[in-house]
Amino acid sequence: MKTITKLWAGLGILILLSPLGLLLPEHFKAQEAWGEWGTDRIKEMVGYIPRGLEKFSGLWQPPIPDYGQEQGASVLGYMLSALFGIIIVVAIIFLFAKFLSKKDNL
Amino acid sequence: MHIPDGYLGPATCGFFYLIMLPIWTAASRAVKKTLNARQVPMLAIGAAFSFVIMMFNIPIPGGSTGHAVGGVLVAILLGPWAACIAITVTLVIQALLFGDGGITALGANCFNMAFVLPFTGYYIYKLISYNCPENSKRRIIASGIAGYLALNLAALLTGFEFGIQPLLHHTPSGQFLYCPYGLNVAVPAMAVEHLLIFGWVEAVVTALVIKYLQKHDPQLLGIKKEVEDENNY
Repeated sequence: MKTITKLWAGLGILILLSPLGLLLPEHFKAQEAWGEWGTDRIKEMVGYIPRGLEKFSGLWQPPIPDYGQEQGASVLGYMLSALFGIIIVVAIIFLFAKFLSKKDNL
Repeated sequence: MHIPDGYLGPATCGFFYLIMLPIWTAASRAVKKTLNARQVPMLAIGAAFSFVIMMFNIPIPGGSTGHAVGGVLVAILLGPWAACIAITVTLVIQALLFGDGGITALGANCFNMAFVLPFTGYYIYKLISYNCPENSKRRIIASGIAGYLALNLAALLTGFEFGIQPLLHHTPSGQFLYCPYGLNVAVPAMAVEHLLIFGWVEAVVTALVIKYLQKHDPQLLGIKKEVEDENNY
């Protein structure tokens, strides 16, 4: 098997294993990353929600918030998010490469 | 390390977008020059790898979580400019589709993870592995050290960007407008967790893949050099 085929297969394995990134923190009762708290949590920690933070935190409503975990933990949702994200990222890289190759004087 | 919307004030957000604009342009130019058709699938795999590896949240029991970026590996294999493009695409998709990292903070997040991280990682790797053959053990060690140091530098910068917000934006009554934690809290918090745990994850991920490629397809470790040679003729 060619290395590049193996690397694609490796990505497939990582997609299947990706729910570990959801289940391990849950198991060890770890919270979100430092500085990535929601406004409720900030209020608990600081006593108030900084005004600018409150204003801008809801600026963008992503179509798949939290990798499909907004309605509670879902292994399937996480895996599908990984798959979907990879498909989009790969598509954009190919499109971008095509765009670059056509553009003469960049 | 994905700064969300609302944690950085407009000045910081604007500043990092301004810094990133010429970097993105230069990266596109550099990638256009060196990227032959054979490398496009590798670049796609690199970006996809970075995307999925960031989903592997590593817990600190009872504390916070963090993850590797995979950017040093992509930089070693395809060069730092290509890595900059790959990680930028990843960060844009994470922000737009999944709400991981803010839109306003995208410039800052790209500066930390798509610029500083791959470039420092790449040059540390080059420095340590200078003049040693493709199959040498020193390359594996060099890639691990590069991964560790580069992720830590990116984390330190992130902590600094969080930490200057209370200085820049506060009301007369002493309430903060954006990130409420100053340099004395944000910098040590980001630095310590990455020095102790997440830096090692980046180191191990980078070194393991380099070790695997060395064994199975050592040519891949020379891809970038080959392409540069081709362009010189």
